Amino acid sequence: MAIRDKLSGNEAVAVAMRQINPDVVAAFPITPSTEIPQYFSAFVANGQVDTEFVPVESEHSAMSACIGAGTAGARTMTATSANGLALMWEMLYIAASCKLPMVLSVVNRALSGPINIHNDHSDSMGARDSGWIQLYGENNQEAYDNAIMAVRIAEHADVQLPVMNCYDGFITSHAVENIELIEDDKVKAFVGQYKPSTYMLNSDEQIAVGPLAVPTHYFEHKRQQAESMRNSKEVIVEVAKAFKEISGREYGLFEAYKMEDAERAIVLIGSSVGTAKFVVDALREKGEKVGLIKVRVFRPFPAEELAQSLKGVKTVAILDKCDGFNAKGGPLFSETTSALFVNGYTPLAVNYIYGLGGRDVKTTDIEKVYSDLSEIVTANKVEDPYRYLGVVEA
Amino acid sequence: MSNMLEIRWHGRGGQGAKTASLLLAEAAFDTGKFIQGFPEYGPERMGAPITAYNRISDERCPIHSNIYEPDYVVVVDETLLDVVNVTAGLKETGAIVINTPKSPEEIKDKLNGYNGGVYTIDAREISMATLGRYFPNTPMLAAVVKVAKIMDDDTLVEAMEKSFHHKFANKPHVIAPNMEALKRSLTEVKAHE
Repeated sequence: MAIRDKLSGNEAVAVAMRQINPDVVAAFPITPSTEIPQYFSAFVANGQVDTEFVPVESEHSAMSACIGAGTAGARTMTATSANGLALMWEMLYIAASCKLPMVLSVVNRALSGPINIHNDHSDSMGARDSGWIQLYGENNQEAYDNAIMAVRIAEHADVQLPVMNCYDGFITSHAVENIELIEDDKVKAFVGQYKPSTYMLNSDEQIAVGPLAVPTHYFEHKRQQAESMRNSKEVIVEVAKAFKEISGREYGLFEAYKMEDAERAIVLIGSSVGTAKFVVDALREKGEKVGLIKVRVFRPFPAEELAQSLKGVKTVAILDKCDGFNAKGGPLFSETTSALFVNGYTPLAVNYIYGLGGRDVKTTDIEKVYSDLSEIVTANKVEDPYRYLGVVEA
Repeated sequence: MSNMLEIRWHGRGGQGAKTASLLLAEAAFDTGKFIQGFPEYGPERMGAPITAYNRISDERCPIHSNIYEPDYVVVVDETLLDVVNVTAGLKETGAIVINTPKSPEEIKDKLNGYNGGVYTIDAREISMATLGRYFPNTPMLAAVVKVAKIMDDDTLVEAMEKSFHHKFANKPHVIAPNMEALKRSLTEVKAHE
């Protein structure tokens, strides 16, 4: 029987970490992720977990300590945001290339500058090619559920990669909402015991981790790393199925909402999905054929599945909560349109950059996108595919 | 979501408007509702205007934006009436609840012609008399629950007693004065409709 509670996203993730009881948590505080190590250190102090908590002096050290713990064979978790993630950058690649399963909750915040503590996706989107799996949650429930599923995905024998559990700063991390928690024993049984097949502190089978790879070996190493990422897609779906057994909640690579007969669709990530669903419901009541896709898994990118889901639409708006600075569009737009092209589908596609630095995303903003899509259908062309939503133009 | 209630709080940093919105969320949660409680975070300075929000509904509310057309507005600091457009978007079917010693009739001309319900409560006097210090959030919380009929008095009293025991576990001596402030506010909020 699920436990009915009310928690902020950060509280919920800290509870998940208590239930998981990892071997090591190394963290450095940064808004809006600070509460995670704050609540978790209280669990440590109260003896509710037997985790080794390492309060380090920077995020670079936090990730370094996690890598050290991971190579030693420990189940490892941490959390950060924005510039903290940026300071981890060098070590993110090391964690992924050493094939170290660990879970990093990224509480999405705008990357400086100008300095800003509020939500957008510029931090984790910048780290999209670091070799980490990326899951994105819409609300506190999904932040909690993804934290639990992430452990099993990361540690799966066919994957062995680190996972980012991303969710929106303040909007999700600090707002208190209803949540259904899973009993401690069920979570513990779900994540199980971490038994790495190889690890550095195993004196029976000694290995080297992270040594020099000369040109005769480096390429093959990266090829194998890429294979793990390819494998992870199937594992993510498998783990979601197992999770449904204990939670009743369904997860996939993405959620297709009212897409069956949709002619106009929006693709987006994170907390604005709920706001957009509200608009879809209202437009559906008026008989408009609209739908949306919430991308949950950005790495690996579910290209074929996404293209299939969008093949029937006349037009699609892809919303990016970070700019791409390639002068052509944001990362979700580039990858979604690439997926469509490669799979032979050509709906009229348009990109909107929205919600940067905590700019509030209202139902009226989403209504505007669907109304713009109607104009695109009428015109049967897109003149300016790289657009902004809710910005004040100079 | 026809049964959704949206509330916007206006206060000044340090007065507890954020805490009040979270306590209201908690109390409504205890009655079986779906809730959202969230402040609008900014540079946090004592005395600066702050906004906090509540959504209360029978099913999970998917919207994650600020509230632009609230059913109720709570003004925790009267001086904000000269600084912030507190009635912006406020539904005329709803009401505004203001912390002031003035009557609703006396304060009405500061509300930009708002034609909905106007309620006042002297939260400063109640707070000073019960707690001996100025913490207006508890009386304001009780006042908005009463005005918006979010739950009956007994349910609120019971829920808050539980909340305060949890929140003030380390300073139990403030629980009784807070409960006294809450109960006084429930009977003293003044209406003009």
